Amino acid sequence: MRSQVFEMARRSILQTLRQPALIIPPIVFPLIMMAINTGGLHAATNLPGFPADTYLDFAIAVPFLQCSLFACINAGAALARDVETGFLKRLAMTPIQRAALLIGHLGGVMVVSLVSALIYVAVGFAAGMNFHAGPWGVPALLLLAMLVSLAFAALGAFVGLRSGSGETVQGFFPLFFVLLFLSSMSLPRPLIEQDWFRFIATYNPVSYLIEGIRSFIITGWDAEALALGFGIAVIVAAAAVAAASGALRTRLVRT
Amino acid sequence: MTRFLQVAGAVAWRSIHKVATTPQLLLPSIVFPMFFFVAFAGGLSNVANVPGFDFPSGYTAFQFVFVLLQASAFGGVFTGFGIASDFENGFARRLLLAAPNRLGIIAGYAVAAAARATFVGILLFAVALLTGMRVGGDGVDLFGLVVLAYLVSFTATLWSAGVAMRLRTMQAGPLMQMPVFLVLFLAPVYVPLALLSGWVHTVAKVNPFTPLIETARDFISGTPADAALAYGIAVGLLLAFGFWAVRGLRSAEAAGG
Repeated sequence: MRSQVFEMARRSILQTLRQPALIIPPIVFPLIMMAINTGGLHAATNLPGFPADTYLDFAIAVPFLQCSLFACINAGAALARDVETGFLKRLAMTPIQRAALLIGHLGGVMVVSLVSALIYVAVGFAAGMNFHAGPWGVPALLLLAMLVSLAFAALGAFVGLRSGSGETVQGFFPLFFVLLFLSSMSLPRPLIEQDWFRFIATYNPVSYLIEGIRSFIITGWDAEALALGFGIAVIVAAAAVAAASGALRTRLVRT
Repeated sequence: MTRFLQVAGAVAWRSIHKVATTPQLLLPSIVFPMFFFVAFAGGLSNVANVPGFDFPSGYTAFQFVFVLLQASAFGGVFTGFGIASDFENGFARRLLLAAPNRLGIIAGYAVAAAARATFVGILLFAVALLTGMRVGGDGVDLFGLVVLAYLVSFTATLWSAGVAMRLRTMQAGPLMQMPVFLVLFLAPVYVPLALLSGWVHTVAKVNPFTPLIETARDFISGTPADAALAYGIAVGLLLAFGFWAVRGLRSAEAAGG
């Protein structure tokens, strides 16, 4: 089992490393957007009740979520490609365990997400981020970021396995993108003026994932934000992994 | 001239027909501007309460102008994707052989992009009015805004056409898209120029798109606008990228499509 996981993860990582288009956008694009928004929305810190002194502190959480969206698409597209090329059908003829295939594949995507997250943290500190959670906050933030990436990657894997079509996976990107934008990504929920937008942001689980990551930076150890952030990440990840596992079982049925 | 118009008309009709009958081409150009408008105007409306934010028509109109110009620009970029696709599948090669006036090809694509911008712009305007956008400008001001949006659409199309005709592959997509994206977002997107800070403020001050978006916002709010500067820049960019696109066409001709 361990060697099977290792081989599948190695394949996933090599597939990604051989295609710069799968690495550069997830790392560079969120940083560009953050840099632009930090200057463009710095004036928002003057709003009464804004929880941070700089917009950088507030916005640095967003790249972690954007990176997760890319992980979702990359995981789903890679598995869909395996379905389309018949690789999964050939795997079904081997004694490989279903769990090894899924864990290995998601593990490969997670390695890329971890590297991206480390770069975001490094860029944040280099740009003057005020990190209130102290030294232990960094590994805790990375853990939450990895959980969020796992949740989105497993969702992507589910869509990829279920549809077996890379185009369908790409078609889901706008949906996840909408979830990100209709959240508390740009302003804290209490400061969102439009009632309908605040309503959507309040019931959008992505808001709590962002707020969980953000709390390490602007608050410190905020029990409520972290409980919601970790709780939602764990629930979504568990449900998505179970769904992906079920879809994989269907795909690997020997006929 | 007749040949030019015939080629331009045929290329424009084909491009418009292709987009209109292919949902995966049509939907992103409709959905994304609407979505950006909703996300920016809805989610960030409190930014209008920041000290120093003084836009008379409110935050919805402030963001509408940006999204309108963005949609116009990206309509041009998406048309560039179509040109690259035409080169990849061999259609452009046959088009170059058949067209009696090849400059009409560029004009046709630009007209198609303008038609796309018109469709999205009308939808966007309707949604903005339904969500309570206040328009302070009169008919002349709105006409000025629409002309600016078309100039942005033509400029973006000519830029993308130049790239697509030089590289002739869909892999050139990011090269068409990224510079346009950066020019748009390194302007006063969320707040007026005076409220930007840091390096973004420095870049926005020299970004040629900044006078365009500021003038367009003046048009919608009905405040006095420095239209000569904005139109001067827009026409200058149009001529420069027109030259760029024609050189790209010559490059494609030299390469045999």
